[in-house]
Amino acid sequence: MSEALRVERLHKAFGGLPATNDVNLVVQAGERRLIIGPNGAGKTTLFNQIAGDLRPDSGSIRVFGEDVTRLPTHRRAQLGLARTFQIITLFNRDTLEHNLVLSLLGLRRERWNPFASLGRDRTMRAEARRVLAQVGLEELADRRIAEISYGERRRVEIAMAIAQKPRLLLLDEPLAGLSREERMTVRRLIAGIPREVTLIMIEHDMDTALELAENMTVLHYGRVIVEGTRAEVVADPRTREVYLGE
Amino acid sequence: MSPVRPAVWVVLAAVAASIPAWAGEFYVNLASQMMIAAIFAASLNLLVGYGGLTSLGHASFLGGSAYLLAWLFLREGAPHALAAPAAIVGATLLAAVFGWIALRATGLGFLMLSLALSQVLWGLAYRWVAVTDGDNGLRGLTRPAPFGLSLENSAAFYWFALLVMVVALIAMARFVSSPFGAALRGSRDQPRRMAALGFDVWMIRWLTFVYAGFWGGVAGVVFVYYHKYIHPTSLSLQTSAEALLAVIAGGAGTVAGPIVGAVIVVFLKNYVSAYVVRWNMLLGFVFLFIVLVVPEGLVPGLRRLAGAVVRGRSRPAPAGSQEAGR
Amino acid sequence: MFAQLSNSNFVVLQTLNSLALGGLLFLLAAGFSLIFGLMRIANLTHGSLFMLGAYVGVWIIHSGVESLWLAAILSALLIALLGAVFERFVLRALAGNGQGQVLVTLGVSFIVADLCLLIWGGDPIPVPTPESLRVPLRVMGFVFPAYRIAIVVIAIAVAAGLHALIDRTRLGAMIRAGVDDAPMARAVGIPVSRLFTVVFCLGSALAGLGGALGGPILSAYPGLDADMLPLALIVVILGGVGSLLGAFVGSFLIGFIYSFGTALLPDLAYVILFLPMILVIAFRPTGLFGRMSA
Repeated sequence: MSEALRVERLHKAFGGLPATNDVNLVVQAGERRLIIGPNGAGKTTLFNQIAGDLRPDSGSIRVFGEDVTRLPTHRRAQLGLARTFQIITLFNRDTLEHNLVLSLLGLRRERWNPFASLGRDRTMRAEARRVLAQVGLEELADRRIAEISYGERRRVEIAMAIAQKPRLLLLDEPLAGLSREERMTVRRLIAGIPREVTLIMIEHDMDTALELAENMTVLHYGRVIVEGTRAEVVADPRTREVYLGE
Repeated sequence: MSPVRPAVWVVLAAVAASIPAWAGEFYVNLASQMMIAAIFAASLNLLVGYGGLTSLGHASFLGGSAYLLAWLFLREGAPHALAAPAAIVGATLLAAVFGWIALRATGLGFLMLSLALSQVLWGLAYRWVAVTDGDNGLRGLTRPAPFGLSLENSAAFYWFALLVMVVALIAMARFVSSPFGAALRGSRDQPRRMAALGFDVWMIRWLTFVYAGFWGGVAGVVFVYYHKYIHPTSLSLQTSAEALLAVIAGGAGTVAGPIVGAVIVVFLKNYVSAYVVRWNMLLGFVFLFIVLVVPEGLVPGLRRLAGAVVRGRSRPAPAGSQEAGR
Repeated sequence: MFAQLSNSNFVVLQTLNSLALGGLLFLLAAGFSLIFGLMRIANLTHGSLFMLGAYVGVWIIHSGVESLWLAAILSALLIALLGAVFERFVLRALAGNGQGQVLVTLGVSFIVADLCLLIWGGDPIPVPTPESLRVPLRVMGFVFPAYRIAIVVIAIAVAAGLHALIDRTRLGAMIRAGVDDAPMARAVGIPVSRLFTVVFCLGSALAGLGGALGGPILSAYPGLDADMLPLALIVVILGGVGSLLGAFVGSFLIGFIYSFGTALLPDLAYVILFLPMILVIAFRPTGLFGRMSA
């Protein structure tokens, strides 16, 4: 089994306190890993370093064996890394279809073409609608993001990521702010993601994402406190300490 | 806002082409200046409206290409067939360099850098008297005669300027509706998301800057042929500001908006200078008016205000309703 | 060029010109840097405020006030008042709209420049050097124009004053808090809006003071704003936004580069200024621009 992600001795400090404190993390290909921790534990900072938005102070990051530590974000996307954002970052003035088209365009040479007419590309638009159908939003394809509900936007975020058929998918609090019903829909969506995609999820609230996890990593003050299978981590007294101690 | 049908464009173009038939020479010349300003403003809009990068240094490319052409022709004796393309190439290379420097920052940093760079060029034009003759400017440029057709006559020059403008507009319209154009707009709206999707946002911006510089250079060539004279003012902050005003007055983020804006700015400028009222001051006040009262552009803004007056009360525009046409 | 450099009188004279220009630039750049650092506004009116300060200073002198010092202070106060009005009624209306704010400062700079042209005409107006400083100082065989030295002394005094203000007073603490994190400062109870007005006033006053004091050296002429603003921009870019020390060092550095450059290679003065800016941007982009990104 190959390693989808290997993070070694990652360290990042803003001013005084380290947000990421000597973190080691190994995620196997096809795994479903849940990273939890209270607010301020450094989960999103870790994600941002893995994705490339933030440069670590020291340490290394390998994605499927390739050292990406110095690689800019867009190059990591080319290697098969995709992510969603904690705060929904979609193109609000554009239609759902256009959002997905952009996602599909990101990995194609065509994105550099200043002459062709994008609107005429039927295959990409069809593909965009197909992915929207996967997340149950095909009927809304021609609506603008600004017009759809929060839960539906979350699903678009995920659709944007899976449209690229990534090898490694980072989901940053995909269930945040969703109603019970919406959470069930999104959970089903995530559960349905094929095994070719390695999944790493951040969640702040343990209960919501628990069933999606095979293995878990607990972060606190930028450090890895507990790690192991779901059962092990849940049973571990340190896990409860981290949350109750808050 | 639905895109204007092609038929409307054809009609507009026909009307525009017919101007020399019924308007006096003063107005034909005014129309030529409007065409030049339209090309220039449209090129700036690629950066401002579609790229989300507000530049105050776009005059670098208008004045830069104009000076290069004048110098090649007057001092080096180059024929028009050589000087004009060389000027455009020069402006494009300048844009490549300036773009690389200015894009070390975004937002206000980018604005200040673009301004500082253009000011340096302006200062150079004033001081390097040996090359540019400073405040006197360079005179004696003639107009080319492409395919033997003389452009000395104002109607002939106007049609030339109109043709260049139409070509520029078609190219730019193609550009913005292309995959690259979509990537540019995406980078304007959500640069982080674009990077996560695999787009090289810096490169997209830089290439757009270069392309905008290219068309700025084209505008500069038509500009210097129109005036047959070049002066440091063409590199000044005022020139950049007028173009920016045209863009925001017409409504940034549409291909046609800058044309409307350019027509308005040129008209105001020429009308005003005939009446002793000071242009600079008016320019300043118009800026204030646009930014404070109708920031989305004159046409959408006046529509909104008219609607509010009709309804008897003022209501702020709902978010997302004033969308840019694509 | 080398012949000039080996003439010690030339070197001394240019050094003093550089120092004087640096001092004036500091007055201009410090205000700009403060305003940008705290309010995130690239105040393009700043050059025109400097020019207006020069014109108003001369006008006050021609109206009967004999002392340049007094005229300069009055001019500074008037410019500060104008700045306050502008900030309070125009800039504040555009809070959050960074681009809009820059555009209105641009618009106002055009209005002010034209107004000056309208009121005072197109010819440069010379400003008399104060009586007390007209006699050049003779030290060790060198002749020093005394007024230029006075400018440098004033610039240092102002720098010291600003430093004390920012580092030692409550107002300064509030300013620093606002520069670090304006929303948080507001949340903690700091009256950020009023602070903005105060800082804009202060910046405007410094610009006006610089213009008035610069009168004997630069005169008051149309285009003074366009000459000074880019220099101030380069100082702030080089020295770092919001950094008083950066503005101080940068001002004198640019003063030197510009004075010597203009004297030795007049055609290429702007290019000489250009180079350090490029180098800084190329090699220290994040450090210098971390704050400038919108």
